[in-house]
Amino acid sequence: MAEEIVNKYTAKDFKSDQEVRWCPGCGDHAVLSSVQRALAELNIPKEKIAFISGIGCSSRFPYYMDTYGFHSIHGRASAIATGVKTANPELSVWQITGDGDALAIGGNHFIHAIRRNVDINIILFNNEIYGLTKGQYSPTSTKGQVTKTSPFGTVEEPFSVGELVIGAKGKFFARTIDTNVALSTQIYIESAKHKGTSVIEVLQNCVIFNDGIHNKITDKEVRDDRTVILKHGQPMIFGKENDKGLILDGLKLKVVKLGENGITEKNLIIHDALEANPGIQYMLANMKYPEYPVALGVIRAVPGPTYDRSVDDQIKAIQKTAKIKCMDDLLMSGSTWNVE
Amino acid sequence: MGKKSEVIEREEVVIRFSGDSGDGMQLTGTLFSDTAALFGNDLSTFPDYPAEIRAPQGSVGGVSGFQVHLGHSEINTPGDFSDVLVAMNPAAIKANAKWIKQGGTIIYDENNFTEKNIEKAGYEKDPITEEKLESYNIIAAPISAMVKEALKDFGLDPKSVLRTKNMFALGMVYWLFDRKLDYTEEYFEKKFQNKPGMAEANKVALRAGYYYAETIEALSPVYKILPAPIAKGTYRNINGNSSTAWGFMAAAEKAGLKIFIGSYPITPATGILEELAARKDLGVISFQAEDEIAGICTALGASFAGKLAITSTSGPGLALKSEAIGLAVMAELPVVIVDVQRAGPSTGLPTKTEQADLMQALYGRNGECPVVVIASSTPSDCFLYAFEAARIAIEHMTPVLLLSDSYLANGTEPWRIPMMKDLPKITPPFADRTEIPFLPYKRDKEKLARSWAIPGTPGLEHRIGGLEKTEKGTVSYVPENHEQMVKLREAKVERVANEIPDLIVQGASTGDILIVGWGGSYGYLITAVRELQAEGHKISLVNFNYINPLPKNVKDVFKRFKKIVVCELNLGQFANYLRIKHQEFTYEQINKVQGIPFTILDIKEKCIKMLEDI
Repeated sequence: MAEEIVNKYTAKDFKSDQEVRWCPGCGDHAVLSSVQRALAELNIPKEKIAFISGIGCSSRFPYYMDTYGFHSIHGRASAIATGVKTANPELSVWQITGDGDALAIGGNHFIHAIRRNVDINIILFNNEIYGLTKGQYSPTSTKGQVTKTSPFGTVEEPFSVGELVIGAKGKFFARTIDTNVALSTQIYIESAKHKGTSVIEVLQNCVIFNDGIHNKITDKEVRDDRTVILKHGQPMIFGKENDKGLILDGLKLKVVKLGENGITEKNLIIHDALEANPGIQYMLANMKYPEYPVALGVIRAVPGPTYDRSVDDQIKAIQKTAKIKCMDDLLMSGSTWNVE
Repeated sequence: MGKKSEVIEREEVVIRFSGDSGDGMQLTGTLFSDTAALFGNDLSTFPDYPAEIRAPQGSVGGVSGFQVHLGHSEINTPGDFSDVLVAMNPAAIKANAKWIKQGGTIIYDENNFTEKNIEKAGYEKDPITEEKLESYNIIAAPISAMVKEALKDFGLDPKSVLRTKNMFALGMVYWLFDRKLDYTEEYFEKKFQNKPGMAEANKVALRAGYYYAETIEALSPVYKILPAPIAKGTYRNINGNSSTAWGFMAAAEKAGLKIFIGSYPITPATGILEELAARKDLGVISFQAEDEIAGICTALGASFAGKLAITSTSGPGLALKSEAIGLAVMAELPVVIVDVQRAGPSTGLPTKTEQADLMQALYGRNGECPVVVIASSTPSDCFLYAFEAARIAIEHMTPVLLLSDSYLANGTEPWRIPMMKDLPKITPPFADRTEIPFLPYKRDKEKLARSWAIPGTPGLEHRIGGLEKTEKGTVSYVPENHEQMVKLREAKVERVANEIPDLIVQGASTGDILIVGWGGSYGYLITAVRELQAEGHKISLVNFNYINPLPKNVKDVFKRFKKIVVCELNLGQFANYLRIKHQEFTYEQINKVQGIPFTILDIKEKCIKMLEDI
């Protein structure tokens, strides 16, 4: 008989007494609200939650959460979150970061946290710009973008977050849109339940310095035709009329229209987020408009041992048979001699 | 075993084993010093090796050395000059010629003094004559040929046979100093448990060397160094890195905390990470980070989560950790940062010693950013100061910078093992669960430390971070609040002075010269000062272990001497610090920046000159 679980919390319980200071219209407000909803639904005791951030607009996030929180220094949130989680695997640890914080100054910590598969949830706010320093290009800015530090357009290739995560042996990658609270909430819940590093890329709008950067895929009128929401075990279908889908054509993905050339739902690829081989997931994560719809939802969610539990298990296994139980044992171990 | 023809008793003796970095000199030296320690001598050792793991064979740059100083009385340094040099090749003569005592003994492997090796070492024909060492006690032993002969029936490949050369040499030295072989033989039995052939081969080489030395007349006389009058207790040999690691574990046990070390490998600090990584049996969580920054940042995360957090590094790594140390100062989290100093700047001389990170430790951060700075002064007292660093970090909720150096890290000495029950208890200032709402920056009146609320504790949820805060933990840009918080953080560190011991003067409390040292040069300074005292000079020593804050009685000690001479392995960083902190005195300096410790002789000569000027 299943026991009924009564939720202790509502989203409001996770609001701190601090005034939220993001710009009006900033995508961060919606992310905050989605995370608070997800936590209420997850029903994890509030004292077991820690939010760790680096530097950037999004990194003010911990101040607005009534949980444990640590607003740290630029780029280092992955390392600090790794320390918190490894020190106490019982905690639910969330990292709040941005495209500059995680992918530029903090790139090294980001890829290594992922490689180790530390059980933390990384919410990466991607607005393709440096907002807090008022408008310089970031590692995800489109090639050619004109910003304050690229007055003639950038000449460098941007990172694709999903590609980087998979390249770093990432086991969980999802993508959502800041203002899609329902989808975001669902993804945050799934990421929290996943054991291992989860990276959620939020396509977030900076209303001041990069306004409308994601509009071509997030606008209400076009988003159904220009995004595909992936669900594990479901065919990859999208479009306002649910009339488009994805098939594998040779070694490449291809957008097809249902009903044309005898294509039915049965021809479409079934999404398998649990597949360890990242081949298809990699292509999905890299789909770009206009050739493809942009993939949203949980793209990859592969189970595997986590760093924090493995560390803990190793210590416990060694302690079981260890001869040295305390410092006095260690001090007197090995070669010693007595002076009478 | 062998009967000794002539035995001379000596107070102390210095032996240096020297050869290619592949010749096993470090092991040879360690086995010799362990044997001496078990016999009851006091001793001090210093390994000296190149940064290159296998530098070109036979080159001077590739010489690896291990110096042991043992005595019948208290020994505080590995010694300036060696009585006996074991040279496995000509390059070893080149590297050490000026460090052999006048008329000392040189044992060398004549089979390895080939034309090619002699040339590689920069000699024309004969290293001994070219260095003008003919009048020394020279023992040219055919070491390579002898081990080949001794092991010819073992069926070993030629490489493995030659690898036992060091044991042949060690056997000779054992005979020379009238030592027993049993400890070394037991070591081989253990080490080669599954390769009894190798154990036997090494034992045979060792004995062959011993008997060879007995047979040849050249090795007479034999030196005997009686055991030293050492305090009762149980002893072990320990190096500075291990004793540092053990000090942290002892502190964790006394505080009832688990220990977390986040570190990136860097010479000469790596031994601390390695030692702690091996101690999973004591619950140590060790994290080998992707870089120096992640080392301290994971440690800070662990500190936030309630662990005794440690990060270990050397100078270049400390530079990378600066920003995160600032975060620790601002967040007021306990963490110990160990800097095992090496010769800088930049990569500098990575395997050589120096004390030139003092200013970096004190001031190398943005903003008004005070941390407690402590320095260890002997390989074994690294335990005590690591324990102290952890205690102060925890009880005062502050980062503590612990300075060690390459010389302490690798040097060993016998250590009287403490009992855990004799160490002080450490009380973490955990937040009171009933004090809701929890104010993260509320301070206790005595120490000015904030309290530590650990994630997982219901009701104490709070936020900290690098932005300036009010007592409540709210971000604040109010000018007066910032100034007040800056002053509070400064005062918190200053108040540590209330519980650190007074300076102890070694020697008379008044006199002509007060030698002032800090950290790892203690051994050389105390030896030089004691010798000068014995010669009738009015000279005393104080050695600082607590750098920031300074002990309270500095002024009281300094004012009783005519001259204050600050001795350190840099261009005068501590002297300059004292000039800021105690401007009322004039400071003279003795400095050395060569990547090697002081020599006793050097200090004595300079002091005598200064004494003449008084």
